[in-house]
Amino acid sequence: MIRLTEVAKEYPRSGVALAHISFQVKKGEFVFLTGPSGSGKTTILKLLYMDDKPSEGEVWINGVSSRNASGREISRLRRRIGIVFQDFRLLEDRTAEANVRFALEVTGAPKATIRSKVARVLTQVGLSSKATSFPRELSGGEQQRVAIARALVNDPFVLIADEPTGNLDERATRGVFQLLRDINASGTAVIMATHDLDLVRRSNYRTIELNHGRVVFDSAESPASARPFDEPLPAFDTPSGSTEAI
Amino acid sequence: MRSAREALTASRRAPLLSALGVVTIAFSLFAFGLFGLVAINIRRALEQVEERVEVRAFLSDSADIEQVAAAMKDVGDFPEVLRVDYVSQEKALERARKEMGEFADVFEAGVLPASIEVHLRPGMRSPAVVKSVADRIKTYHFVDDVRYGEEWVEKLYRLRNIATVAGIALGVAFAAVAVIIIGATIRMTVLARAKEISIMRLVGATDMFIRLPFLIDGLVKGVLGGLLALLFVWIANRIVNEYFIQTIFFDRQMIFVGVVGGAMMGVLGSLVSVGRHLQRV
Ligand SMILES: Nc1ncnc2c1ncn2[C@@H]1O[C@H](COP(=O)(O)OP(=O)(O)OP(=O)(O)O)[C@@H](O)[C@H]1O
Ligand SMILES: [Mg+2]
Repeated sequence: MIRLTEVAKEYPRSGVALAHISFQVKKGEFVFLTGPSGSGKTTILKLLYMDDKPSEGEVWINGVSSRNASGREISRLRRRIGIVFQDFRLLEDRTAEANVRFALEVTGAPKATIRSKVARVLTQVGLSSKATSFPRELSGGEQQRVAIARALVNDPFVLIADEPTGNLDERATRGVFQLLRDINASGTAVIMATHDLDLVRRSNYRTIELNHGRVVFDSAESPASARPFDEPLPAFDTPSGSTEAI
Repeated sequence: MRSAREALTASRRAPLLSALGVVTIAFSLFAFGLFGLVAINIRRALEQVEERVEVRAFLSDSADIEQVAAAMKDVGDFPEVLRVDYVSQEKALERARKEMGEFADVFEAGVLPASIEVHLRPGMRSPAVVKSVADRIKTYHFVDDVRYGEEWVEKLYRLRNIATVAGIALGVAFAAVAVIIIGATIRMTVLARAKEISIMRLVGATDMFIRLPFLIDGLVKGVLGGLLALLFVWIANRIVNEYFIQTIFFDRQMIFVGVVGGAMMGVLGSLVSVGRHLQRV
């Protein structure tokens, strides 16, 4: 479903951001991308939603190749990808509901289905009571839930999250992370870049660690004992049952 | 439609600049229109004059009637020449009397010389052709003088050329300014809506969908500018008609072309700018 082969990315001024990156993500998998600042996490995610093209190698995602994707194909691909950022990226002059609706309206979704879809995802993220609130009237965690609702409204096969909990306190972090787990449990793959090793350790998901633009660890390939963490913390309760990757 | 609504909100963000864009388009088309109007009116005047363009060769009193008849036949065979008429002294006097009315008494028989009138074929009436025919007629020894209203025909031609060049130059200059101003409006709007546009991209809106409101914005401004210009030109034409001379106005086709020209300027301004600035969002 998602495959990177020998991907390299070089920026004109800052030089090599990624080199020799190869990995696959299966349908419905949950993958953490970790690594120090500047190691290339955001760059990989950008290549996944084709905001940028690799300098070398190839990115395959949902049947679209980075080598020959047309603008139209990229647009259509993004309708099947949910994208979430650290800074939420909500439109301040619109309510939560309008922010979610926006994603459907600008992709030409049929009008008749918009209202019910928006209501459904707002309920899914637990914000149906705040539908008419503006972003400034919401807490950070709530704003991120709106952003997640917007990412979900087109029924994506994968949710790409770049440090979604980076701006949140402990409590909100847990809530948002739990939401991502639930989303994953319902069959959507999640690729999440994070600095929060606590989250990584407490859950049992696949982890890809980057350093200086290279994969230095991939839990799918190494035995569990090789994980670069000293002692795993006790796992979160997982009320939604088995959320493990297929 | 969403795009139309978005286009209007785009203009609302920069109302002054938007109005300026419309007005410059109007100025551009006004310049084209005004000088175009001068040009078509001069052309019409020229056409009327041209129908009367003739070369008149005045004959010396001693001219031999048979030589003149032979010369008339020769001249009649020139490829440029439609018809050659002989005007006797009596006829010249009669004509002069008719045209001068109350001053007719000043003319006495014998004052006016006999002449031959050479009418040219349509399309053979430009100053250069007229002059060449006149020069050839001048070579007959019994021809005293040749007249062909050269000066004012040339003047009209020159005026038309000046009007055309001035109209195009001024129009193009204003068009360039209009495209730049429209581009600047778009730039402001794109920057003001940078976040919105980047989110549209992320959720999978197509490029065309993102551009369309801007193009519609340009189109609307262009058409408004075109209509405004039409109004300006019409008023100018009315004033000239009222106080100076009878003129003709554009026909429907030309008006349509003008408004379409405005629309094209607007769309072009948008297209150039939106392509450049969307890349940076
Ligand atoms: N648009 C860009 N132009 C030039 N260089 C860039 C650009 N984006 C990223 N880089 C460089 O690529 C490298 C990887 O950056 P990236 O943003 O992927 O790191 P990251 O792992 O996401 O870091 P962080 O944890 O701080 O978000 C960095 O050295 C950065 O300077
Ligand atoms: Mg990053």
